[in-house]
Amino acid sequence: MSVLLDHLPELWQGLIVTIQLTAASFLGAAVLGVLVTALRVSPVRVLRAIGTAYVETFQNLPLLVLLVLAFFGLPTIGLKAEPLVTAVAVISVYEAAYIGEALRSGVNSVSKGQGEAARAIGLTFTQSLRHVILPQALRTVVQPLGNIAIALTMNTALAGAVSIVDLTAAAQRVNLVEAQPIPIFVGAGVAYALIAACVGFVTGRLERWLVILR
Amino acid sequence: MSGVTSTVLFDEPGPRARRRIRVATVLGVLAVIALAVLAVRQFAANGQLDQARWQPYGTWPMWRYLLTGLWSTALAAVVSAALSMALGLVLALGRLSPRRWVRGPAASYVEVVRTVPALLLVYVVLFALPRYGLDLPLFWKLVVPLTLSNAAAFAEIFRAGVLSVERGQTEAGLAIGLTRWRTMRLIVLPQAARRVLPSIVSQSVGLLKDTSLGYVVSYGELLYSGRVLANYNGLLIQTYIVVALVYLAVNLSLSKLARTLEARQRRSSAGLASPGRSSARA
Repeated sequence: MSVLLDHLPELWQGLIVTIQLTAASFLGAAVLGVLVTALRVSPVRVLRAIGTAYVETFQNLPLLVLLVLAFFGLPTIGLKAEPLVTAVAVISVYEAAYIGEALRSGVNSVSKGQGEAARAIGLTFTQSLRHVILPQALRTVVQPLGNIAIALTMNTALAGAVSIVDLTAAAQRVNLVEAQPIPIFVGAGVAYALIAACVGFVTGRLERWLVILR
Repeated sequence: MSGVTSTVLFDEPGPRARRRIRVATVLGVLAVIALAVLAVRQFAANGQLDQARWQPYGTWPMWRYLLTGLWSTALAAVVSAALSMALGLVLALGRLSPRRWVRGPAASYVEVVRTVPALLLVYVVLFALPRYGLDLPLFWKLVVPLTLSNAAAFAEIFRAGVLSVERGQTEAGLAIGLTRWRTMRLIVLPQAARRVLPSIVSQSVGLLKDTSLGYVVSYGELLYSGRVLANYNGLLIQTYIVVALVYLAVNLSLSKLARTLEARQRRSSAGLASPGRSSARA
């Protein structure tokens, strides 16, 4: 236990980095994911194809490959940014594919009659999307989005494998010095579990708050 | 897969809408071309387009090396998939058990592992176990943490599958005098297995992606092979792009398989399922 207290500053710094990575990447992924969903439900075939290609590509590539490519490959063609910025960009791009897929299946889960009814009373495409489909779709995707947020938190640990000192990397460094793996790794695990619990709590509250009583 | 939106939310396009669609098409194509041109220029400006820098990837020894890596990836993925499915099935049945002392541990395993990064598990196996006298071979240093973390995911898939089988099936089994276990084994599980097949294949894609953690363990799978190769010949971006493309090719075919299975299933149960509702892929 005292190992954790002795190295609290390093571990705390790692935790902060993990939380920053998680928050920034989720925000970025949400924005990109909405964009991808918009492409995938649009009436233009080329845009739909672009959206599908995006999702297919990034769902089928390991995040670590993308991180390695961005950290060690892109600098050789003159693209280099702050490590933290690069990591956030890569994780956002990767997770946007999952968010896009979740949002789209949310849109598809709204029953067809709702769309037909909206069209029948004369709403346009944008209006029926905004007032009828999306409010219902967003409610059904709260839970999947929460799961994606938790998975994203776990994925930020991979940034630790490419030179970013997040919680996992900090724990590993402390362990190299102290050689007391059990308390250190259990401590880090508990911290991750707490973050996940917070995300779960928020999505649970959100779901109850948004529920439609019929 | 056409959802609600692509068929219901807009009318058959009239002349004006058709013109707008044409404009959007042109803009979309232009945007893709612009991105491609930008990328090529960036490559060219830094001298990464020289034939000498790409030519090695047209030779057999390079590919033989990378394919050896791919073989190791496949081996790790298959072994770990088999083990984690077995463990996942045990956990799922444990979670569904009527006995609380079985249900509790199984549930907490799944919940805890879901909230611990796979990389942390890798570090535990890599650094913690040797200190307590358990120094696994390199292969198992990758496979054990992957198995532990994916077992939780498989457990949830199996549990969802078992729960999706109508209760009447279990009741009928019990009514004709089968024990609980035999009802599960003879009646519920065979039906559940068919339903979860697509999710299992897509989870296997996730597992195959996780094997890239071999990069950290220095087990010679595809990404680690790429790293060794890139450090040797200095062709960083070329190597990693080739590695990414290999991953993409393998995983895309697996994902395609998952979708084919799902479509076949939906066809075979077409009379029962309501159309228009497409199931979400895990």
